[in-house]
Amino acid sequence: MSAGQLPRWADLGLIPLLNLTAAFLVSGLVVLIIGENPIEVVQILLWGSLGFGEGIGFTLFYATNFIFTGLAVAVAFHAGLFNIGGEGQAYVGGLGVAAACLLLDRIVPWWVTLPFVILGSAAAGAAWAFIPAWLQAKRGSHVVITTIMFNFIAASMMVYLLVNVIGKEGSMQPETRTFEDGGRLPMLNDIFPFFDFGTAPVNLSLLLALLSAFGVWLLIWRTRLGYAIRTLGANATAAVYAGISPARIIIITMMISGGLAGMMAINEIMGSQHRLLIEFVSGYGFVGIAVALMGRGHPVGIVLAAILFGMLYQGGAELAFEIPAVTRDMILVIQGLVILFAGALEYMFRPTLVRIFTFARTPASSVPAAAK
Amino acid sequence: MTPAIELRKINKSFGAVHANKNIDLVVGKGSIHGIIGENGAGKSTLMSILYGFYNADSGDILVDGKVVSITDSKTAISLGIGMVHQHFMLVDTFSVLENIILGAEDGTFLSGGSDKARKELARLDADYGLKVDPDALIENLPVGLQQRVEILKALYRGAEVLILDEPTGVLTPAEADHLFRILEVLKSQGKTVLLITHKLREIMAITDTVSVMRRGEIVATRKTSETSMEELAELMVGRRVLLTVDKGNAAPGAPVLKVENLTVTDARGVTVVKNVSFEVRAGEIVGIAGVSGNGQSELLETLAGIRRPKSGTVTIGSEVLDLAHHPVDAAGMRAKSVGHVPEDRHRMGLVTSFAEYENAILGYQDDPAYAKGPFLNLAAIKETAKGEIAKYDIRPPNPMLKTANFSGGNQQKIVLAREIERDPSVLLIGQPTRGVDIGAIEFIHKRIVELRDAGKAILLVSVELDEIRSLSDRVLVMFDGRIVGERLPSAGEGEIGLLMAGVDDASAAASRQGDAA
Amino acid sequence: MFDIFFSYPTFDSMARLATPLLFACLAGLYSERSGVVDIGLEGKMLGAAFGAASVAFLTANAWLGLLAGIVVAVSLSLLHGFASITNRGNQIVSGVAINFLAAGLTALLGQAWFGQGGRTPSLPAGGRFLEITLPFAEEMASVPFIGRFYAEFLSGHSILVYGAFLAVPLTWWVLFRTRFGLRLRAVGESPAAVDTAGISVTFLRYRAVIICGILCGFAGAYLAIAQSSGFIKDMTAGKGFIALAALIFAKWKPVNAMLACLLFGYLDAVAIRMQGQSIPGIGEVPVQVFQALPYVLTVILLAGFIGKAIPPKASGIPYLKERT
Repeated sequence: MSAGQLPRWADLGLIPLLNLTAAFLVSGLVVLIIGENPIEVVQILLWGSLGFGEGIGFTLFYATNFIFTGLAVAVAFHAGLFNIGGEGQAYVGGLGVAAACLLLDRIVPWWVTLPFVILGSAAAGAAWAFIPAWLQAKRGSHVVITTIMFNFIAASMMVYLLVNVIGKEGSMQPETRTFEDGGRLPMLNDIFPFFDFGTAPVNLSLLLALLSAFGVWLLIWRTRLGYAIRTLGANATAAVYAGISPARIIIITMMISGGLAGMMAINEIMGSQHRLLIEFVSGYGFVGIAVALMGRGHPVGIVLAAILFGMLYQGGAELAFEIPAVTRDMILVIQGLVILFAGALEYMFRPTLVRIFTFARTPASSVPAAAK
Repeated sequence: MTPAIELRKINKSFGAVHANKNIDLVVGKGSIHGIIGENGAGKSTLMSILYGFYNADSGDILVDGKVVSITDSKTAISLGIGMVHQHFMLVDTFSVLENIILGAEDGTFLSGGSDKARKELARLDADYGLKVDPDALIENLPVGLQQRVEILKALYRGAEVLILDEPTGVLTPAEADHLFRILEVLKSQGKTVLLITHKLREIMAITDTVSVMRRGEIVATRKTSETSMEELAELMVGRRVLLTVDKGNAAPGAPVLKVENLTVTDARGVTVVKNVSFEVRAGEIVGIAGVSGNGQSELLETLAGIRRPKSGTVTIGSEVLDLAHHPVDAAGMRAKSVGHVPEDRHRMGLVTSFAEYENAILGYQDDPAYAKGPFLNLAAIKETAKGEIAKYDIRPPNPMLKTANFSGGNQQKIVLAREIERDPSVLLIGQPTRGVDIGAIEFIHKRIVELRDAGKAILLVSVELDEIRSLSDRVLVMFDGRIVGERLPSAGEGEIGLLMAGVDDASAAASRQGDAA
Repeated sequence: MFDIFFSYPTFDSMARLATPLLFACLAGLYSERSGVVDIGLEGKMLGAAFGAASVAFLTANAWLGLLAGIVVAVSLSLLHGFASITNRGNQIVSGVAINFLAAGLTALLGQAWFGQGGRTPSLPAGGRFLEITLPFAEEMASVPFIGRFYAEFLSGHSILVYGAFLAVPLTWWVLFRTRFGLRLRAVGESPAAVDTAGISVTFLRYRAVIICGILCGFAGAYLAIAQSSGFIKDMTAGKGFIALAALIFAKWKPVNAMLACLLFGYLDAVAIRMQGQSIPGIGEVPVQVFQALPYVLTVILLAGFIGKAIPPKASGIPYLKERT
């Protein structure tokens, strides 16, 4: 048992750090290839994302999206499921937000609308996750493939709805009418006037996202349902032994996951755009995969990873402005590298590390006490 | 005559497990050489080394008197060694012909190889009576024929030495007899056969020479004609000090668990438990003895609510359950006060990535004692875990430690503590001391007896005959999915051992007739 | 109205639209038949499209462009292989990573090298695969049915279109008539059987992902230097995923793959022509219905309501010799 084991700090700290470092080193290499200075790029990134109030505001605004989609992916991971459908679930979640806002914005203040928006977005996202979940649980159709398909189906459906059903009358734009005050979340600027976020649309959903992160932590590590989810994910045979129904947990987990993804729409639609429009998710659902992998499925890690990606998105925008050769697509590259190194190549450095640790330990030749 | 195979001082370890220790083995050309031993004695590892699937840590392999280095299966094949694995290495969606030529295609294109293989199959059929339709899909063939394809695969590659790893484990007795006739023919044609098995009857029926393995070592080699089942059984098990369990006489009460005509099929549709009936009374331990793979595992899992039977009833207390039509899941069975210590703690009984205290409630996660509404009552759970750690002397006494970091014995205690401390009226126990050190064995045995004396009904499944005999108040022997006899634990080891090997004349005959029908 | 559904222009564009799908679908077929799940088809196609367009622009040679596309796609394939075969990583995660990498790198490098917002400049003469008129097409056009079919449907495509459809019988032949194909199919079903037969599982799977890369190279090159005249940011627009859907729809069989790609190509062709048209008796069918149909059909198939799509048994599972 003891051979091939690493100390806990190496497993939880060193390996992720190495993976992340590798991802950023390769990113730096890409910057070099296009003939720019990686150090300058890092400086602009940092300044653009954290150097001034508005930059921080945008960073937090993006991070809000990523917390939701990252949590969505992570919850499914805990049950051993890979939900690639965050993109579609968030998109459809927008319907829930828009429905509540369009119905209520002219009658009631925002804080009355908000509960309905939360409910609507979560329900819509969960509903969109339900069919892949049901198919996985009852018919064994692989949830990875079905959720990919549902992303595309969502894209077509939303365009149709926005063009033909709920679009603003008399307009060619595929979007709904703009919400009145009852359908707009307060900006953080209004809540904390002492902090100047400039024009950044960071809004109350950030707090909602942090609450959700706490909620997910409670769910996974403190509730009976979370216990069942983790058991299923870690050892499906043991789950059956424990009387946990895999089908039931698969469906519930996927719906929670879809609900969280759906809530991302609150930030974009009720918090920033104040109308439902096409392609507002623009890949944030996929970022959730990178965020969840980097955060190792833990809400604290996810919040940190979401902020890092928020920095990349905001800093990347500044970067594209300062160094036109480094476009925002650089973020996609970094994202891909993070997923590659923190996910698919997760264990690449492990054998080497094990060898180093074993070597370092051998002279003492002490048997690890815990393992025996 | 040079032996076909000679092994000298072969060693192989997996981590801390020394699977093969200094193995010396000589296999005569044109003979059927049996290797017998209990599960985990190291037989399969040894044969995998010979076949190049694993590489030995040290030692020499000689084929036809020459030292060879078998680094992979390709080399083994080219040296004329063929292997029929316990779990067939066949591609289910392929035809027989495709499976035969896989890896021996004879050229870049298939047509030439296929034609040659067809002719060769016809010849092998003529020579050895190995008939099989070359165009049939593997997944549509019965197990016996699939195995025949494996043999054909080896012969097609020119195997002179054929290794068969537990070949009868998946066969009906009739199919097994047929296999033995094939092996005789192979031998008569000058092929060498290495037969790995844990069934004494097969060794006696077919081999010329037999080597006995125990805990990674070859402890004896005998001419089959000069030995007896009793001797081999003793060699296999070793003269272990019979662990004495300090227990008084049982005072059995009313039946608590009653099983009637229970029949269970596995995922492949093979009937694994056949019309089994028995009862366990309050305050007694009923042991089920048997070589592993004779339906005990499935019986236990069915009673625990993990498998759904095909027919039969189970009565717990006064409640009659028709599980075939109204299945009850594992949580439901626990609610009916049935505890279950599964045979394989890693696969089923524990989530090894969880902290110890989390495993202390596996299966009882919805018990109101550990719940606060939808939340887990962590304080109560840790309290329980701590109590069990103290009571069962689980070490290290740290409920927060990851379960994978406990030793086998302590992991087993975690499972036992969890199931026993819920005070079930029926406790199903599988392999309670597998991979557990001596000290823990004694402790575990004592707890089980205490539970009996508290008036619980206990059903014990173990492949360790010693354990069955020292713990049980009555012993049922399972063979080929049936209960073939009941004995008192005081009956001789040899007597029960023969029953386990299916050598009770009456029942063996009955079982054969049953399969033929 | 009838023309939208049944006319030579519709069938023509069906064949054109099916071509990149077919290349990518066959690419996925090799990979998944060997047990390596590939949701990175999209990224590889995109990378290949960019590589092909860049080199074709620089050299004014379509063939060198094709070669560059293949090199890019094979490199990404090898990355997938390194992650999922050598390092036994999660194949889905690796595929997702490759899609992001390709999307980011193509746009980034495109901007850095050509400065046209991620596009490549329009291709010079010779940098593009042009449509080929088959011999006697003009003379045949007047012959009813067969002649018109020859002239209007068979003739007038780029060489890559013919290549894609020839790749179908070729793939079938490789898969079912060669030693390599037999082993490839075996390793996707039962790597242990292949291993015990003395064949290297790793090498076999690497060869499969390399072939997958080559075919993705063709798919990408077709998009950038045959169908269009240059690379446009995100020009695959989900085609890699449609190809994946087609692969499932085809139940991992080459001829079915062609039929599935033709069906999905046909839906696309009809969708383009349906804009603003209405079908008598039904009314206007939204174009999105046609766009979503491939995915909907695949989900229905996956659910097992029309037949059952059973993937190769070992797909997605890294091979590890088991301790018995």
